[in-house]
Amino acid sequence: MPDFEPVLLRRILRQADPALEAYRADGGYRALTKALNEMTPAQVVQTVKDSGLRGRGGAGFPCGTKWTFLPKDHPGPIYLCVNADESEPCTFNNRILMEGDPHQVLEGIILASYATRASVAYIYVRYEYGRAYRAMQRAVEEAYANNLLGRHILGKDFHLDVYLHRGAGAYICGEETGLIESLEGKRAWPRIKPPFPAVEGAFRKPTVVNNVETLACVTHIIDRGADWFKSIGVPPDPKNPRDAGSYGPKLYCISGHVNNPGCVELPLGVTVRELIDKYGGGVWKGRKAKGCIPGGISMGLMTEKEFDTPLDFNGPGKVGCLGLGTAAVTVFDETTSIVEVLYNICRFFAHESCGQCTPCREGTGWMLKIADRIRRGRGRLEDLDLLEELGNGMGIMPGTTICGLADGAGWPVKTAIRKFRPEFEEFIRSGQRIETPALVGAH
Amino acid sequence: MSALGDDIRQQILDLLPRYPRKQAVTLPALHLVQDKLRCVPLEAIREIADLLDLAPAEVYDTMSFYGFFRDERNPLGRTRLWVCRSLACALRGGEEMLQAVCAKLGVRPGGTSADGKITVEFAECIGACEGAPAVLINDEARMNVTPDKVDELIAELSKE
Ligand SMILES: Cc1cc2nc3c(=O)[nH]c(=O)nc-3n(C[C@H](O)[C@H](O)[C@H](O)COP(=O)(O)O)c2cc1C
Ligand code: SF4
Ligand code: FES
Repeated sequence: MPDFEPVLLRRILRQADPALEAYRADGGYRALTKALNEMTPAQVVQTVKDSGLRGRGGAGFPCGTKWTFLPKDHPGPIYLCVNADESEPCTFNNRILMEGDPHQVLEGIILASYATRASVAYIYVRYEYGRAYRAMQRAVEEAYANNLLGRHILGKDFHLDVYLHRGAGAYICGEETGLIESLEGKRAWPRIKPPFPAVEGAFRKPTVVNNVETLACVTHIIDRGADWFKSIGVPPDPKNPRDAGSYGPKLYCISGHVNNPGCVELPLGVTVRELIDKYGGGVWKGRKAKGCIPGGISMGLMTEKEFDTPLDFNGPGKVGCLGLGTAAVTVFDETTSIVEVLYNICRFFAHESCGQCTPCREGTGWMLKIADRIRRGRGRLEDLDLLEELGNGMGIMPGTTICGLADGAGWPVKTAIRKFRPEFEEFIRSGQRIETPALVGAH
Repeated sequence: MSALGDDIRQQILDLLPRYPRKQAVTLPALHLVQDKLRCVPLEAIREIADLLDLAPAEVYDTMSFYGFFRDERNPLGRTRLWVCRSLACALRGGEEMLQAVCAKLGVRPGGTSADGKITVEFAECIGACEGAPAVLINDEARMNVTPDKVDELIAELSKE
């Protein structure tokens, strides 16, 4: 792969001043000026559609297409909800964008609002991101003071208010309708869809929900054009008529047992192996990898043998993972017990299920109990089938739950059992048990 | 006497124009109260409900959904210290870190040190995984906090 010049991280990597003046000196708000002077909202939507940009929040839905689902000629108000709840374990790219270059994100928010005719944008930031919250708050204040927000933005007939709204430590607020319920001041119980938010969202009005990184991409698409965006990444697989392609740059997070954990920006389609060896400094302590989670824990597990899989919207599915997810790769080395990995993941979902759907509430609880039983040396071989069965029974795909948390809870369990079955069987048969609370590879 | 006091009351009222429905101010109001009082007393719930035209039970319903808010029987200490236990941290000693902090302060997760200075909690991924094991001090992450740095950290957070 030829050397790639970072776009989203361009200013962040050289630790540029996040303030408005410095952002402008680096070409910031050029895209917004261009859009307001030369483009209609419909042309902005079309450009984003043409770029092939797909949502970076996990589902990969084409961004421009989602915007066209808003009702035409709606009297308003229309809302934009910026999903800055980033809570998928092992994912931190939204944090880096908001902390390091908040105006890049804000410019995307203003552009998206112009395109969708949204009059208010709410940035829903997870509580844990205090620094990101304050960085975004400062950027919003600067924008108001410089006619980039408020009434008659840059002298045009375009008005927008942007407000930050803090979460309170619940993963489910990242699910778009859980986010909306939480914003409205209720418990974050995801809604049954349809109606989708574009038709009936926040405060029962048409609403667009977009991820922070998606919106940061919009800034550059308007600045450099759809063709530029399409020159990066992977075109659709001709053998797969449903593939919409994987265009543009992507922020990949690398963590776990690597020498240099961090966030790198690369064209979509880099392989797991390349990420680990070339950008993550290789597996730590001179060890080999046993496997990884390739896209946050919800997408399932990959074995080391599957590391040549490209991380685009298509790749992970070919090895039985749920999708690209958040493109956050966490590596575990050969000394790590797969039982501990499973236990850790089950514990997360049992803690974070919102409790609304019985298969998810009870299923995640049972999966944790069984994983814990195995870990304590009281597992039975039948438990492995039971885990798979539980994983298969819960989620939007089997049609038993309201939101995708349950699919994401089942996937790592199913893939762990399917891909690492001999290790689980050996662990159970030999009567091993884990006394320490932690993963073995930590030492 | 009012549990909110005039300043929080005014801060809550100032947020109302941001949203088309008053109920949307529930979470911001709860944050304002807990930041200041270290818990959300029942009287504050009633007063928030009154300001937002809600039943106290509606405010309580939202508040209790998020494990984040404390009632008056169980207030937070001066600093809330969250120790991450999710995968990226657990792979690099996060659980030992949680154990070490609890042992040092003589509390279980959720508990507060005897001097009232530090409340310890476990956290699910706080989005600082490149610096695992990571902790959150109130709302700011600190990275690469390994068990050997526990004494230093506790001393820092216990200072007057
Ligand atoms: C359980 C669950 C958690 C989610 N968490 C997040 C999140 O933290 N951030 C995010 O942007 N999207 C999250 N999503 C995806 C959102 O529902 C939604 O698809 C996304 O915000 C849309 O933005 P995009 O199209 O720009 O990606 C989550 C989905 C589910 C099912
Ligand atoms: S699937 Fe789980 S998290 Fe999603 S709505 Fe149902 S119970 Fe809640
Ligand atoms: S797993 Fe601990 S910060 Fe992400």
